[in-house]
Amino acid sequence: MRYSGFRVIKEALTGHKGWTPAWRDPEPQDHYDIVIIGGGGHGLATAYYLAKEFGQKKIAVLEKGWIGGGNVGRNTTIIRSNYLLNGNEPFYEFSLKLWEGLEQDFNYNAMVSQRGILNLIHSDAQRDAFIRRGNAMILNGADAELLSVDQIKARYPFLNVNDARFPIKGGLAQHRGGTVRHDAVAWGYARGADSRGVDIIQNCEVTGFRTRNGRCLGVETSRGFIGAGKVGCAVAGASSRLMAKAEMRLPLESHVLQAFVSEGLKPVLPGVITFGAGHFYCSQSDKGGLVFGGDLDGYNSYAQRGNLPVVEDVCEGGMAIFPMLGRARLLRMWGGIMDMSMDGSPIIDRTHIDGLYFNGGWCYGGFKATPASGFCFAHLLARDASHPMATAFRFDRFEKGLMIDEKGVGAQPNLH
Amino acid sequence: MIIDHPLLGPRDSAEFTYLGDASLIDRPDGMAETAAEAFYAYQYLRDNPAGLHRELWYHEAGDRSWLVVTRDTVTHEIISVELARDVARARGRSR
Repeated sequence: MRYSGFRVIKEALTGHKGWTPAWRDPEPQDHYDIVIIGGGGHGLATAYYLAKEFGQKKIAVLEKGWIGGGNVGRNTTIIRSNYLLNGNEPFYEFSLKLWEGLEQDFNYNAMVSQRGILNLIHSDAQRDAFIRRGNAMILNGADAELLSVDQIKARYPFLNVNDARFPIKGGLAQHRGGTVRHDAVAWGYARGADSRGVDIIQNCEVTGFRTRNGRCLGVETSRGFIGAGKVGCAVAGASSRLMAKAEMRLPLESHVLQAFVSEGLKPVLPGVITFGAGHFYCSQSDKGGLVFGGDLDGYNSYAQRGNLPVVEDVCEGGMAIFPMLGRARLLRMWGGIMDMSMDGSPIIDRTHIDGLYFNGGWCYGGFKATPASGFCFAHLLARDASHPMATAFRFDRFEKGLMIDEKGVGAQPNLH
Repeated sequence: MIIDHPLLGPRDSAEFTYLGDASLIDRPDGMAETAAEAFYAYQYLRDNPAGLHRELWYHEAGDRSWLVVTRDTVTHEIISVELARDVARARGRSR
């Protein structure tokens, strides 16, 4: 069924009896050409692009719980492509371009809102770094604009540029950045994949891989063995746990990242703003809640909840840049588990087992990467070759010294 | 989280910084034939378990000792705390 304004009117006049479920609930078959493990944003996007762009048939997505219940449902919904390094920036710009056409492409309202993102500058050194980053973005076809203090005052009159503890000296804006309704991304990809014949199998946990002579034959699951020509793993947050079943040790640590949302307010905050003198970023959801976050808790965790020192740190950052935040009550806070890689960049690559492919290590940049991650992983699965935008995201980059370390902090996952 | 320091008693985890897996104590032999592979695994690869995890914490805002904390990564419960010095010596390290 195609969604449209006409359809809404027709259904309104006929008692809304014509709507059907957005995706089926099929029983798993014995064998698929391609099995994707993980029904999150990346796994569903991979299945969608495999079916739509790469002409693959007989695809299944296996999800241990319900689709979209992991990090695609637990993020701060920001999309942007303001990276510096060559391995990253073209990929994230590719992703942003896919976001721009996504809703028409999969015929679902994901509420993609290009309301802009502003990174604030508080020192001369930071200005130099942001000018360099802005130039890298422009060289890779993204948009970037260095804003003066006067321009920032005109656009964001509530910001205190002079008398604050960290006066604002400028900002780097990406006007095409913004926010997306995160759950709708999972649902839209699920619906688009399902309508092209992909089996989305929920409540189906993978418990092991069946391999013979170095080749993956399929997966053992809580609903029995499922044979597969190729298996793609897209379970960021649980990557080490899953790949341990294939006797792989990954260049990853799992860390918890907390996020917060205030009570609903009238429109007060246009776009996304990041504080440059601490780690704090904030946007206002369409429901009115201020959605914000900051640093990782900093220790290995699978708990999906964090501790109070980081709550205090994030709220201090918030109060430093938006003192008005102190008048709003906190509605909810939650934690998500991040695959923190050793250089802060992701991995989309083959493994040492033929027919077993890996997508993970998204650190806390996974949501904005969803479309490009799915597209590039589908390319790798369908053609057995890396997509040109994702050639740098290899497993062996650590062994070969080809790290993509945006911050240059080295192999310390909790600092990325 | 409260880390029960062997010398100082219970301390807030905010006083500490976190390094990572306690296997980082076992630095490979740089002169060995297989040093390149060993250092790659030492530096970059991690077990990253869900459950009990032995890990290194540094008491930066305290007595600056290194601790080996055994903690459950699913519940954040801290099971035991040892001085990293004692752990290293028990493994035959002299310093």
